[in-house]
Amino acid sequence: MIAAAKLLIAFFILLGALISLAASFGTLRLPDVYSRIHAASKGATLGIISVLLGVFFYFWFLHGIITAKVLLGIVFVFLTSPVGAHLIARAAYNTGVKMEEKSVQDDYEGYKKFMIKKRKNTSL
Amino acid sequence: MALQILFNFILALCWMFLINDYSAVGFLSGYAIGLFSLFLLRRFFKQRFYLINIWAIIVLLFIFIKELLLANLAVLKTILSPTLKNKPGIFAFETELTADWEITTLANLITLTPGTLVVDISEDRSTLYIHAVDIDDAEQAINDIRHSFEKAIKEVSR
Repeated sequence: MIAAAKLLIAFFILLGALISLAASFGTLRLPDVYSRIHAASKGATLGIISVLLGVFFYFWFLHGIITAKVLLGIVFVFLTSPVGAHLIARAAYNTGVKMEEKSVQDDYEGYKKFMIKKRKNTSL
Repeated sequence: MALQILFNFILALCWMFLINDYSAVGFLSGYAIGLFSLFLLRRFFKQRFYLINIWAIIVLLFIFIKELLLANLAVLKTILSPTLKNKPGIFAFETELTADWEITTLANLITLTPGTLVVDISEDRSTLYIHAVDIDDAEQAINDIRHSFEKAIKEVSR
């Protein structure tokens, strides 16, 4: 029983560490900001959640303590990391960071130009 | 939905006072009886019986977790492939959702979906601009978003 619990804990923590490692490789390998945000936001979220789950199981199975703080941490990471990714991507686009050269489609550019024009017209 | 939960709570409190048992067991039995009477009285409320909404929220939560796992698999595949052959791009997605919290939830879901990232939401809240790692899959992504996420979110707010 304890052995199975230890295996489960080890599985979760190692999986989280591996996913985080892969996500950091992604931030190095991918060419532009937006693709890097993809790798960082998704990979880091699941990696951290997995490590925290491992910690939760460790305290629960081996020490008999249920730490609700860890569960709250999982919920907060889960809710905030996509918002953070969205805000960084938006800020990058608005400060004029280009997408990589092989990008094929940009529907957002037209909307952006339209909005800038509209703002200029209203301020005059 | 909130109104029905509040009613159920008050019914449970009434039950506790009636049987003079101020413990968790008394509260829970009162809550169960209140739930049953609310189910019988469901046609007097404008909205549906609230357990259906709670079930829809649970379904949404499971979709969240499933998509997070799939997204990580897809990203791993992209990162660990020897050559990067993906075609990135930004596409527009017209949403039918109107309330602010619905659009926020949809944006969060899309960001946690394989290969998509919300860049901006238009000022009239009708269009989401989504960056995709591989634009060839965009058509597929739009279909997925429409059929699973939007439907699940609508199911909660109905």
